[in-house]
Parts: sequence; structure tokens; C-alpha cells
Amino acid sequence: MSATVTRDDFFAPSIGRRLIYAGLIVYVVYAAATLGLSLERIERGIGYGARFLAGFFPPDFTKSDILPGLLESLQIAFLSSLFGTLLAIPVALVSARNLMPRVVSWSGRLIITFCRSFHPVIIAIIAVKAIGFGAAAGVVALTIASVGFVGKLLAEAIEEISEKQIEAVRATGASFMGVIVFGVIPQVVNRFIGFVAYETDANLRNSTMVGVVGAGGIGGTLFSAFQRFDYDFVAGIVICIIALVMVGEVLQLVVKRVFR
Amino acid sequence: MSALSIRGLAKEYVRGKPVLRDVSLDVAAAGITAIIGPSGTGKSTLIRCINRLIDPTAGEILFEDQDLARLSGRALRLARRRIGMVFQEYNLVERLTVMENVLSGRLGYVSAWTAWRRTFPEADVARAFHLLERVGLADFARRRADELSGGQRQRVGIARALMQAPGLLLADEPTSSLDPKTSVEIMELMRDLAAESGVPVIVNIHQVDLARRFAGRMVGMSGGRIVYDGAPEGLGNAELKAIYGGESWLSP
Repeated sequence: MSATVTRDDFFAPSIGRRLIYAGLIVYVVYAAATLGLSLERIERGIGYGARFLAGFFPPDFTKSDILPGLLESLQIAFLSSLFGTLLAIPVALVSARNLMPRVVSWSGRLIITFCRSFHPVIIAIIAVKAIGFGAAAGVVALTIASVGFVGKLLAEAIEEISEKQIEAVRATGASFMGVIVFGVIPQVVNRFIGFVAYETDANLRNSTMVGVVGAGGIGGTLFSAFQRFDYDFVAGIVICIIALVMVGEVLQLVVKRVFR
Repeated sequence: MSALSIRGLAKEYVRGKPVLRDVSLDVAAAGITAIIGPSGTGKSTLIRCINRLIDPTAGEILFEDQDLARLSGRALRLARRRIGMVFQEYNLVERLTVMENVLSGRLGYVSAWTAWRRTFPEADVARAFHLLERVGLADFARRRADELSGGQRQRVGIARALMQAPGLLLADEPTSSLDPKTSVEIMELMRDLAAESGVPVIVNIHQVDLARRFAGRMVGMSGGRIVYDGAPEGLGNAELKAIYGGESWLSP
């Protein structure tokens, strides 16, 4: 067999890749066809969309239930972030494989996986069924989500700390808690604050959504405005939510800068 | 009377492949004992077995009327308080201040709650300031450890170890990451401070000349065994060849 290779051979896709590309195209055509996603349907949809968007203007900020809804969302976000991150600390310490025996860290990981398995809205649906409509259900749902998220990140941060610093603290005769306080916490505290800021920002967004399933906050107001075809009010609410999320973003940046 | 007495110490990380084989060593209550030997010959393992950062496979380590090899839990922690350790890479907690690092030498004596609130006893804080002054870093108390140079960090490491009020000071290649001038300064500091506090020192060291200059006794290790134990003056080319092997590196 000749060892010469032409330039074309280098860049020509392999048979396997060609098959994947071809399969992808076939599936897209099949999916669009079975969903009735024809050109005519898309054209009709754009027409609906234009009328829908026209209904947004001018946005209506005058209705009195925007402010209480927003404030409730804000409260849900802050309370769930506080409870969630506080609960995440012991869960993360227990889950860190470099601090705990395998059986213990494994059970910690199980808690984290459980908290992370479902979208916050799914947990909110369950929480509403479990403890009734209102902000309390929203706080519970977002707290569980926060434990999963912050717990996972913090556990990973703890697993990445320098063993040498831990060794030195152990060598002084420090107790396990002494090692945590002087060896582990100083190494992860800044990253933890970053996680808390990020999670608070995420909860601010999620807290506007749990209301859709009856777990309190501005989401409920938004949902009922939709059902009334009250689109100018919807626009007002959406703009307020965007403003709230942007404020959260700015707060997160400030916190990160201060604690760098 | 010896401060530390090691009897038949052995360590196998992997069964059947001993790193330390039947090491016995008596360390006097004062002075510097230098352990030399090629990399991987068990010097670090020996030192870490003494304060049980590594668990020995067999043997006794007698220190202050206890066999350290048999201790565990609280008894081990209480024994560790009496053994200071200085590390090759300083091992300071980088995000804590110099003062906090020095005070961490008291963690065996105060509760975690006290440590968390930083409410160390007055006497501890006063001693920490005194030690920082002695190592020449009094002005650095509030600086974060990761802002210091290597030599400064090792000074903090020495202050932290002495903060424990130890009955024995271990140093695992304390000068291997430092330039020659700083290495000498660190060795001088350890010698002087240990003499002041009446603490014997065991130091692992790669620089034979530095060891000769500061140690009253040299222990040469090879293949997990002690092959030389005696005065620095007795350490000639023949002995160095027995410790490190080869001879092309020796000065004629």
C-alpha cells in the first residue's frame, strides 16, 4: 500500500461523521414535519406574534399589584438564599471527600443530588401541594434548589483546597473543628461568598417564576395578567422583572469586588 | 536523657515495599540533629511518623513518657501540641494574616469556638508578638501570609511551631525552597530560638555543608536505614558515598 497521502484526504470528513450529519438533517426534517412546523405555520405564527407584541404597547405600570408582587419576589429570593446557603455549609462539609470517610461523603452527595434533580418550578409545584399556596412554598422550593447548587459548588471548592495547609494545622494538635476553622474555611470563604452572590442573583430570577404555579411573588400576577389577555400590564410586569434582575446583577458585581 | 527515642520503626506504604526499615534513634534533649540522605530514602516519612502525620507500620516512638505510635484521637492531638513542625513549603494558611498563622500554633490549646472568634488568651497574643519580633516580622502581623517572600514565610513557620511551646521541633527540609543566604539565616534562627526555648531540633536537609555547619550530630540514611550516626567531623567522603552512592559528585 502506498504511503503517500493527498491533501484532500486530510480534511475530508470520515464516513462516520457524514452519517451523523445526514442523520441529523433527516431527523430535523422529520421532527418539523410531524409537529406541523410548515412554512405556512411559521408565517401565521409571525402574524400572531406581531399582534401580540403590539398589545404590549404602551406598557401599563399603573395597576397597584406590581409593587407588592415584586417585593414578595424579593423577599422570597433573599430568604431562600439565606436559608439555602446556610444549610449548604454543613451539607458541603459532609460531602467533601477529603474531609470525610467515603460512606459519609456519599450520603452528603446524595442530599445534593436530590436537591439538584428537579427544576425549581417542579419543586415549587410539590411545595404548593405540600404546604399550600403562597410565598412560604416559594421559599421552600428555592431553598431546596439553593442547597443543591451551593452545596455542590462548595463541596468541590473544599475538595480543591491545599492539603499542605491542612497538614500544618493538623500538626499543631488542632481538633477536627480547629482544622475546619483555621485550615478549611480560610481557603474557601471567598469562593463561598461568590457562590452566595451568584445564587442570590439566580433566586431573584427564579422567584419571579415560582408564582406561576402559585408559590408567591410577581409570577402569579404575571400569569393572571396573561390569562386576562391584559398584555400592556404583562409588558409592565416584564419590564419591572428585567429591572429587578439587573439590580441583582449589579449587586452581585459589587459583592464580588468588595470580597475579592 | 534523651527527649525522643525511636525503636525499630518501620513503614510500608505498599505491603512488602518498606520505606523505613528498623530505624532506631535517640535524640538528646538539646541541639540540632540533621538527617541527610538521597531523595526517597524515607527522611520525610521518618519525621512525619514522629508527629503521626503518617502512621508507622511497626515500632515505638517514645516521647514524654508515651509511645506516640500507639496514640489516637484526643491523646494524639495532645501529644502533637508538644511537637512543632516546620515545612519545606512553609505550609502557612495563605489567606490568613501572619498573626493568625502564628496563633494557629495554639489551636491545640484553645477551643475551635475561641479560634473562630479569634479570642485567644492575652498571654498567647503577647507571646505571638514576641516571637514575631524575634523572627524580625513584627511589622508584618497584619499582612496576609501570601504577600510574604519565601524567607519571610519560613520565619512565620518557625514562629508558629514555637508558639506551640513544643518539647521537640521537627523541620522537613526547611531550606530546600530558599536561596543560600536565606537558608543560612533560617538555620541560624532555628538554632538560636530552639536553644533559647531549650527545644531539641530534628531537621531533614539536603545541603550537607549547611547541615555540617549547624548540626551537632549527623544521621545519614540510605535505603530506609540509618547508615551513619555521629559527629559532623566524622562524615568524610567514604561515609557520604555510603549514604548517597556514587562518587563523581564528591569534591576530591
